[in-house]
Amino acid sequence: MPGLVRSVLSYNQMVVDVPTKPEFDEDQVDLVFHALADRTRRDIMGKVSRGEQSISDLARQYEVSFAAIQKHVAVLERASLVTKRVQGRQKLVQNNPETLRRATELLAEYERVWTHRIKAIGQILDQGKDEERKAR
Amino acid sequence: MTVISTIPDREKLQLTMVAEFDAPVEEVWQVWEDPRKLEKWWGPPTWPATFTDFDFSEGGAAEYHMTGPDSEKAPGYWRFQAIETNRRIQIQDGFANEDGSMNEEMPTMVMTMTLDEEGGKTTMTTVSKFNSIEDLEQLLEMGMAEGMTLAMGQIDGLL
Repeated sequence: MPGLVRSVLSYNQMVVDVPTKPEFDEDQVDLVFHALADRTRRDIMGKVSRGEQSISDLARQYEVSFAAIQKHVAVLERASLVTKRVQGRQKLVQNNPETLRRATELLAEYERVWTHRIKAIGQILDQGKDEERKAR
Repeated sequence: MTVISTIPDREKLQLTMVAEFDAPVEEVWQVWEDPRKLEKWWGPPTWPATFTDFDFSEGGAAEYHMTGPDSEKAPGYWRFQAIETNRRIQIQDGFANEDGSMNEEMPTMVMTMTLDEEGGKTTMTTVSKFNSIEDLEQLLEMGMAEGMTLAMGQIDGLL
């Protein structure tokens, strides 16, 4: 479906209100930019966006100490980019719940795309049946 | 046609859709294998898809574009990563450049489609998997959802 997307942009902006992003205060913006200015921290963001991971899991994937990863996660946490939750003896790092909520919304939108496609496939198959009937 | 279940997985960033069709497996397979049938369902009514190149083989690629209401064209490509006739297809879907070549800078996604026939009815399961929330967001925010929603309002009127 990506093929559709780019060119639709201008078309849709004419007819659909683009949702406005929540406004951040300047201090928050500084924290976010500082957090994302580091390559390892950006990489951690990418990893946890695919599913939550423990700090030890993350540490195993980098050539730096557990303590260093812990510090990176703390910086991301201060910028509200990730949250931590405790499960047993592990600390799990996950995307900010706001981001997860966004993922849910986006998947719901994508679901509508497929619902439409499935309807269209159903129509094609029904047409095939009608033609078969006529041929008999 | 019935949508049996929809399973969004926000942790894995994937959407599973299960649908049942009152048709044998070979016929459902045809809507994927035959580009002329494929064109009738891949794009929304206001953005119909045209497949200009279609090498339906493992490792093969397909080129397509969608044509908008003002004749604007949005090019994309498919790469067939796995094909098991009447059973399963795995496709990477991405953006193409004007000349049809793959645009590596834009997000891609992977779709897996599986068919199961029982008693003359076929169950089709599609799993759409995104690499990151940013990719999913970019794909949808850039207009796909709005374009689809508009288009679907129209098709719902027809059904």
